[in-house]
Amino acid sequence: MSKLSVATGVALAAVLLFVPPFLKNYGVYLFSYWLVFVIATMGLNLTIGYAGQKSLGHAAFFGIGAYTVAILLKAGISFWIGLPLAMLGCFIVGLALGFPALRVQTIYLAFATLGFNTALWLVMRNEEWLTGGTFGINNIARPSLFGLELTSNLRFYYFILGVAVIMCMLLWKLLHSPWGKAFTALRDNPIRAESLGIDIQAYTLLSFAIGAVYAGVAGALFAPLVEFIEPAPFTVGASIMMYLMVVVGGAGYFWGPLLGSAVGVILPEWLRFAQGWYLFVFGTAVVLLMLWLPDGLLSIPDKLRARRQSRAASAARAAAASRIEVQP
Amino acid sequence: MSLLRVTDLRKSYGAIRAVDGVSFEVMPGEIFGVIGPNGSGKTTMFNSVLGQIEPDTGRIELNGRDITGLSPQQLNQRGVGRTFQTLQVFAKMTVRDNLLVAAQEHRGSMWSRMFAPGDSGLGAKADALIDQFRIRHVADKKAGELSYGQQKLVDIAMAFMSEPDLVLLDEPCAGVNPSLVGGISTLLKELNRTRASGAKASSFVIIEHNMDFVMDLCHRILVMVEGKVLAIGTPAEIRANKQVLDAYLGN
Repeated sequence: MSKLSVATGVALAAVLLFVPPFLKNYGVYLFSYWLVFVIATMGLNLTIGYAGQKSLGHAAFFGIGAYTVAILLKAGISFWIGLPLAMLGCFIVGLALGFPALRVQTIYLAFATLGFNTALWLVMRNEEWLTGGTFGINNIARPSLFGLELTSNLRFYYFILGVAVIMCMLLWKLLHSPWGKAFTALRDNPIRAESLGIDIQAYTLLSFAIGAVYAGVAGALFAPLVEFIEPAPFTVGASIMMYLMVVVGGAGYFWGPLLGSAVGVILPEWLRFAQGWYLFVFGTAVVLLMLWLPDGLLSIPDKLRARRQSRAASAARAAAASRIEVQP
Repeated sequence: MSLLRVTDLRKSYGAIRAVDGVSFEVMPGEIFGVIGPNGSGKTTMFNSVLGQIEPDTGRIELNGRDITGLSPQQLNQRGVGRTFQTLQVFAKMTVRDNLLVAAQEHRGSMWSRMFAPGDSGLGAKADALIDQFRIRHVADKKAGELSYGQQKLVDIAMAFMSEPDLVLLDEPCAGVNPSLVGGISTLLKELNRTRASGAKASSFVIIEHNMDFVMDLCHRILVMVEGKVLAIGTPAEIRANKQVLDAYLGN
């Protein structure tokens, strides 16, 4: 690991641990919101960035996680039972959503997942007996951990941070196990992968299911964070936004979602000075980013290294050419 | 007993009979060449044997067991490796990871590999192949950054990582410079010999247009023309075959 990445990691940990106590309530809320999206997009990065499956249905899993916890809490069932049930539900539905990917790929797969997202959003909006419809579910209580109430914004932030760190470590371990290589092989060349004995169908399904579990965990944290949920945050538009976060950060880069979610959640806040124009500024920034950095922000170090290497190589060629010319 | 037995394999695309009743056997330890003009059905025959496409009729046996209709993944798990006509390395992985991923699915179950060490205990095997293929100096580079010839070597090495009984190589010398053709020939002879001396022999089926390479390397050769078997024999027999000379080697 380079000195620069160690320094970045230490600085980031310091910011995440020590800055929020000095922030106002809204700042703490924004940090929490950011981390929730980091968890969700880490899972999407597995599906899209590592396994190469185009999914525009991620917000549906985010919704399943949020509604599972909220509905169970309203029924008097603890968050600590709701959370694993949300994860299990997302895993099962995620497996099911993986099946279209065994038949179609690329944009066709994206549309299939988009259809799934729309259908689930309609359920959230129309099944009032279950989801409260457009009125949603309010007064969602925050859980307690080992008897410690997590009601304050700051405490709940640290809880989310803890969950994010655990989810992050699990994904790191998974991606550095043989599974990580199998997912990458599936993305880069499924036909060769299959000829090497890799069960590409199983890994395709699992890339959806595990990605969905991450969205489920994020949703389960989102509901008590905002304390009120309704169908709007779980639309296809939200799925596209999550996809954008993964791409902007750098699909297939482990830390991409951290940066991408910051761009998606925190940047719009900084752009408030532009008032009515903020969406325009944000949109233009995304267009420019896609033009110059199609592989995302984290591709910048790779690009710089490649440029340095090609410069060194052309300098070496020039030196070799001048030596040849000098000879009589 | 034969290692691979193909009986009356047929595959048509509309009115075109790409593979038209092909039968042959490959013996343990044998290097078996397949030659023929472009469009004679060699690759279609290959892909039918390897489960990539479904043959219309015919029977394929490995060690006496029927393997007709098995998927490429199932075939690989039963000890059949392959390379493709075009380069098929994983461009964004390092050379070492390309080799590791090429055999990891043969180690334990899928669930036992979850969260397991990244090299699946295959590090030593990968290192041995890296040295044998003389790609040590690029082992930690991304495969996509290598020259064509180096990628070709990685591509071939990957097929041998899981120590398969049978490897099917589709034009291993295509686009490779003449000095590397000699290198590949030497490597394949080594890999054939080292395995052949062990308990189980490893055999190859090789499609190739480079006649010097085929005649030097292969124990027996099958000549395909218009989807049919024109002749099967030793290199000397094939060279002397009047029909083969007329149809293929003549010019």
